[in-house]
Amino acid sequence: MKIRIDHERCRGAGQCALHAPELFDQSDDDGTVVLLDAEPPPELEDSARLAAALCPNSVITIIES
Amino acid sequence: MRVTEPSPCSTGGPPPTTLPTHRSCPFDPPEEYDRLREQDPVSRLAFPDGKTGWLLTRHQDVRALLADDRFSSDRRRASSPLRTFPLRPDDLQSRAGMLITMDPPEHTRYRRMLTRYFTVRRMRALAPRVEQIVAEHLDAMERSGPPVDLVRAFALPIPSLVICELLGVPYDDRAKFQQWTSTLLRLDTDEETALAARDALRDYMLGLVAVKRFHPDDALLSHLIATQDMQETPQDAELTDEELAGVGRLLLVAGHETTANMLALGTYTLLSNPGQLRAMLDQPESVERAVEELLRYLTIVQFGTIRVAREDVEIDGRHIRAGETVVASLAAANRDPEHFRHPEELDLGREPSQHVAFGHGIHQCLGQQLARVEMEVAFPALFRRFPGLRLAVTPEQVPMRDDMLIYGVHALPLTWDG
Repeated sequence: MKIRIDHERCRGAGQCALHAPELFDQSDDDGTVVLLDAEPPPELEDSARLAAALCPNSVITIIES
Repeated sequence: MRVTEPSPCSTGGPPPTTLPTHRSCPFDPPEEYDRLREQDPVSRLAFPDGKTGWLLTRHQDVRALLADDRFSSDRRRASSPLRTFPLRPDDLQSRAGMLITMDPPEHTRYRRMLTRYFTVRRMRALAPRVEQIVAEHLDAMERSGPPVDLVRAFALPIPSLVICELLGVPYDDRAKFQQWTSTLLRLDTDEETALAARDALRDYMLGLVAVKRFHPDDALLSHLIATQDMQETPQDAELTDEELAGVGRLLLVAGHETTANMLALGTYTLLSNPGQLRAMLDQPESVERAVEELLRYLTIVQFGTIRVAREDVEIDGRHIRAGETVVASLAAANRDPEHFRHPEELDLGREPSQHVAFGHGIHQCLGQQLARVEMEVAFPALFRRFPGLRLAVTPEQVPMRDDMLIYGVHALPLTWDG
């Protein structure tokens, strides 16, 4: 699995950092998404999918391998 | 300028409905939403100002609308589904800083400045202080003894104090701003009274901003005054006093009234579901899911949120015309059986779902992580301190907030074995 983010769309709601903190953080400068791991290990793939599903601005794209 | 009037001939379908407001159960949205969602999910809606627009009740439509930039959040041309006089921020002074009524790029500028103060990490760091505030209010309840009104003793003061500390608003002024907020959110407030409350709140915030300019503290308003956004052109870099006052009153109102109602109505809901409450208390890690479910189940932004079409748009075969107001029912969306299994059931263990209690799209609640921390701390602490907590009146005697923009209870008389 690969994770892509479209940073321009992010408004910092924080759903990703809340539901998948191993993969996403929020910037101290403007609260927008910081991708910590673009190729999550198998055990975090469900969290990545959940973060993508809950993002209010479709910032996160999951590319299933 | 060409004014497009909706043509009654082209729309077809049943005559326009008015926004459903009658509940038969205090925990459920009006049943009429179920019928609309099933039979007429994009329905014609008659507004009190005489105009006609639309009401969306399906989860997928509500979510799509709120993420669609062909619809505007600018309320200046919108109709209110409940009042003949929508409180439009139509003069520049009242509009400054009101980012919930703005579209990009105006909205983006404010949101970028504010979001860093409300991140998951920063809000979690507030948890120890929230725990302390909660404990102090529980101590006071214990000292005064039963019965207490949970709204006055716990649900309202806790988020009020938290948002005051976060913004740098003196908590001693709470009687004033709670009164203005309540006037603004009451559906039967007349226009003159509502405008007076709005202006009083604005003048109060302007006064506070002036004080902070000379006596800065370590709270958000002072930080915003000091903000120099390097990405902006110089004239946009600093917020004017009007903008600061606008942001300040938006965060103050949104920061205390919403969480206060979730705490009180959530407590009432948990007391009505003792088995699930016990299970939640037995497993501290289950509290996060329980809070999300309460948000979904109760959807206190009971009349939804509105958008205005910027251009002609088709939704499920219905033609929305440019300029028409569309109401997205968050409460109906959060009870959509197409999306949630047994949506009418409270299931505190429900898997994380795409509930829209905080909205969706670019305007999704800025303070949602703060609200989560407050609820995750407050609910377990309350029920652990008073294991025998129960209603001190009959359920019929609990005054529900059918008459307010934000749903909840006006009072929640509780007792326990002292």
